[in-house]
Amino acid sequence: MALTRCQTSIVTRICWALSLSVVAVPFVFPFLWMISSGFKSATEIFGQLSLIPDTWRWGNYIEVFTYQPFARQYFNSIYIACAVTGITLILSSLAGYALARMRFAGAGLLMLFLVSALMVPEEVTILPNFFLMKWLGVMDTHVPLILLPVFGPHGVMATFLMRQYFVSLPKELEEAGKMDGLSRLGIWWKIALPMSRPALAAVAIITFLFSWNLFLEPLVFVSSLSNFTLPLALSNFTDPYGAPLWHLQLAATSLAVVPILIVYLIAQRQIIESFAMSGVKG
Amino acid sequence: MAVTDTTETTARKPRAPWLTLRRREAIEGWLFVSPTLIGFLIFFLGPLIAVVFYSLTEWNLLSQKSTYVGLANYTDALRDNPDFWHVIRNSVIFAAGLVPLNMALALGLAVALCRPGKGVVFFRTVFFAPVITSAVAWAIVWKFLLQGEAGAVNQMLAGIGIDGPNWLREPNWAMFAVIVTRVIKMVGLNMILYIAALQAVPRDYEEAARLEGANSWQIFRMVTWPLLAPTTLIIMVITTIGSFKVFDHIYLMTGGGPENGTLVLAYYIYEQAFEFFNIGYAAALAIIMFVIVLALTVVQLLLRQKGSS
Repeated sequence: MALTRCQTSIVTRICWALSLSVVAVPFVFPFLWMISSGFKSATEIFGQLSLIPDTWRWGNYIEVFTYQPFARQYFNSIYIACAVTGITLILSSLAGYALARMRFAGAGLLMLFLVSALMVPEEVTILPNFFLMKWLGVMDTHVPLILLPVFGPHGVMATFLMRQYFVSLPKELEEAGKMDGLSRLGIWWKIALPMSRPALAAVAIITFLFSWNLFLEPLVFVSSLSNFTLPLALSNFTDPYGAPLWHLQLAATSLAVVPILIVYLIAQRQIIESFAMSGVKG
Repeated sequence: MAVTDTTETTARKPRAPWLTLRRREAIEGWLFVSPTLIGFLIFFLGPLIAVVFYSLTEWNLLSQKSTYVGLANYTDALRDNPDFWHVIRNSVIFAAGLVPLNMALALGLAVALCRPGKGVVFFRTVFFAPVITSAVAWAIVWKFLLQGEAGAVNQMLAGIGIDGPNWLREPNWAMFAVIVTRVIKMVGLNMILYIAALQAVPRDYEEAARLEGANSWQIFRMVTWPLLAPTTLIIMVITTIGSFKVFDHIYLMTGGGPENGTLVLAYYIYEQAFEFFNIGYAAALAIIMFVIVLALTVVQLLLRQKGSS
């Protein structure tokens, strides 16, 4: 018997939801497993597969903080990400504004020069930067972790994002500002920036996450435990013989991932749009 | 004549101020870009040039001595050191596995999720979540899930009667595992780029094709897919370059093992530079990586030009 039109559409929708749910398993399961295992004992993690711990070991979350200076490392990650985001916002909007609105000799060449930078992987420049930082005497500090993301390909990408946005804005308000005797800097700060909140938000979001998740730079430039950032700290839960302390590692990983995940669930639309705007891997 | 006239008149008048509006604008423009430009020269362009010089020296950090050796590091990599070609082979396998898988899955998900409807936002949020998650966290969790017998993946496979391999301990399976877990981590990004492109496809075209009697597959094949070509190309460039840069994922999941089965170029550079301190050799490897990435970009951009003409 043939299905009616309405029935076929319900069947298609059910098939659609079912197949997407199956595909979603490897995207969701790791998060659930990570959170639940953070409450388990090391032996239970590799026992019978179950997402509900036998006993909820809240103690894991205390041990995380006594095993290494995890609170300090957490704070490091937060303040470095904030610093990188703040500096990137200011510099990229300044340069992006000039490239979009001001005519000066060499601007086109400068653009081309910056575009080419997007093609160079950080792995290529990190070696000379290692010696540069050594020479500057800032090894095992957070200086490289702030400077390199700001002035690397990510900073260039942020500059372009800002430029594209400024180009799309109408000029009239800025010209009115000029009539009122505002300086260039005044026009940028009082007129252009307030109009470009969506672009600033996008740059802020992707820059914060970029810094928060950075791994290679901390690995190369930072060596003492109290200077670690979160990604480095997470990879460092091993006993004195180098064997991993699974339950602590997973509890710490949950602590690092879950807050970001909560913010993401609240602001998913804005965050996804930010990445769509940048169109570049974080 | 008119030109000379004006110069004479201005010459007779009191001197025009040096700071004309145009000059002022140019100076301000350079001032606005200067913080970015100076930082960029010091921390990016300078190092890029320096790495070329490093690559021409024999420089081991332990001996604290650097001597000029010409192209020896390059011939060492390209001719003498079998590790190098092994690493290149691994990187190519990684990219050849990751890029098509990532793009096909991204496109499939985008087609399923490009029209507004119930559940669409939920699924988009789910598929994008790994993108914002730290690669370190992602690699740590998957390393656990892929453990031999006790790992969750193999326990699930056992549930449906499949005896799973020890994923991260056998070279071929390890490569397979790092590719698939990396795809799951990053596919959400390409998915949203494809969704944006699909939403920009004018509905009229598809409607017209439908009126002509084309079925959904034909419409996709003949109308939508060609319109997606520019996006496909950009995604391909970004994803391929990204796959050659992958480091943290492999560092944490396999450490390049087993038997160097997942030792890829970015990891090899790190190892030579910061574990073995072969600075000159690592610099040469970095230059080779730069050339590969550049060549890939140029080839793909040329393909686009050929496609559009």
